[in-house]
Amino acid sequence: MEICRRNDELEISDLDPFLAELLRQIPLSANPEGAPAAEQRLFSSPADANQKEICAEWKLYVEPELRRLFRSATETVAADLAQLNGKEKSIRNCTLRIPAQHADAWLNTLNQARLVIAAKHDFTDGELCDHYRSPIGSRRDLSLFQVNFYGFLQEFILREVSGFAGTDLD
Amino acid sequence: MSWQPRRDGAAQSERPMSSMRVLDERLATASTVENPALEKETQGEEELDVPWQVVVHNDPINLMTYVTMVFQRVFGYPREKAESHMLEVHHKGRSILWSGVRERAELYVQQLHGYLLLATLEKVA
Repeated sequence: MEICRRNDELEISDLDPFLAELLRQIPLSANPEGAPAAEQRLFSSPADANQKEICAEWKLYVEPELRRLFRSATETVAADLAQLNGKEKSIRNCTLRIPAQHADAWLNTLNQARLVIAAKHDFTDGELCDHYRSPIGSRRDLSLFQVNFYGFLQEFILREVSGFAGTDLD
Repeated sequence: MSWQPRRDGAAQSERPMSSMRVLDERLATASTVENPALEKETQGEEELDVPWQVVVHNDPINLMTYVTMVFQRVFGYPREKAESHMLEVHHKGRSILWSGVRERAELYVQQLHGYLLLATLEKVA
């Protein structure tokens, strides 16, 4: 896989079928439905539980706005990923081009996906810091790989759009 | 709708948090001479005077670079200051990013949640 910026696009080329499939999974992975822990993380409380008025108003007025925001970002990403449609059975590598103006939507959706996956699997700090864990032997390993792969993409996008560098994880 | 977190609270017509509530109370008192509800309004003013702080909490998933970028965007902090707060979150578990009036603090927390950071609003002790 190669990743670079070409004019107003971020280009991910030489994508093998496995990584292409992981990319296709981004919108689905970002969906917290059916996982209370993931839902709770994406829509966390804005204040201590004692601040009942703030929390109630937030739930009523701000949370729907956040849901719209996250859904909109995910839809943008899903539309970009349509480039990969129809190539599921191909064993040839493919290329994904992301318009630079969609970079923020990608950052947001990748973050949603990473948070949802991590909440669903309740990864430990040790697992999250083990970037060289291999091989992938279980669904949990695959999910951890997804979190790290999406993080790598986030780092690349950040570096390209904001001049940020670095690969450390918080 | 734009996918990007709102940066301008004034543009948010349906936002009814503290500012709207106080505004509603003032409109109500203006039209009801017999019942000016002064005590209630004074209470609202006092509430506004209490400083609030925006606190960001550590999260093992969010990238350090991403958190720094968010602090720069939301608060307009220079990179060094944003990094310093990010490192405080990372090492101490939390950092106070801003303090001031409640309405503004609420807006900041909303923006931070739009970027999926763990942020809360707290009354200054």
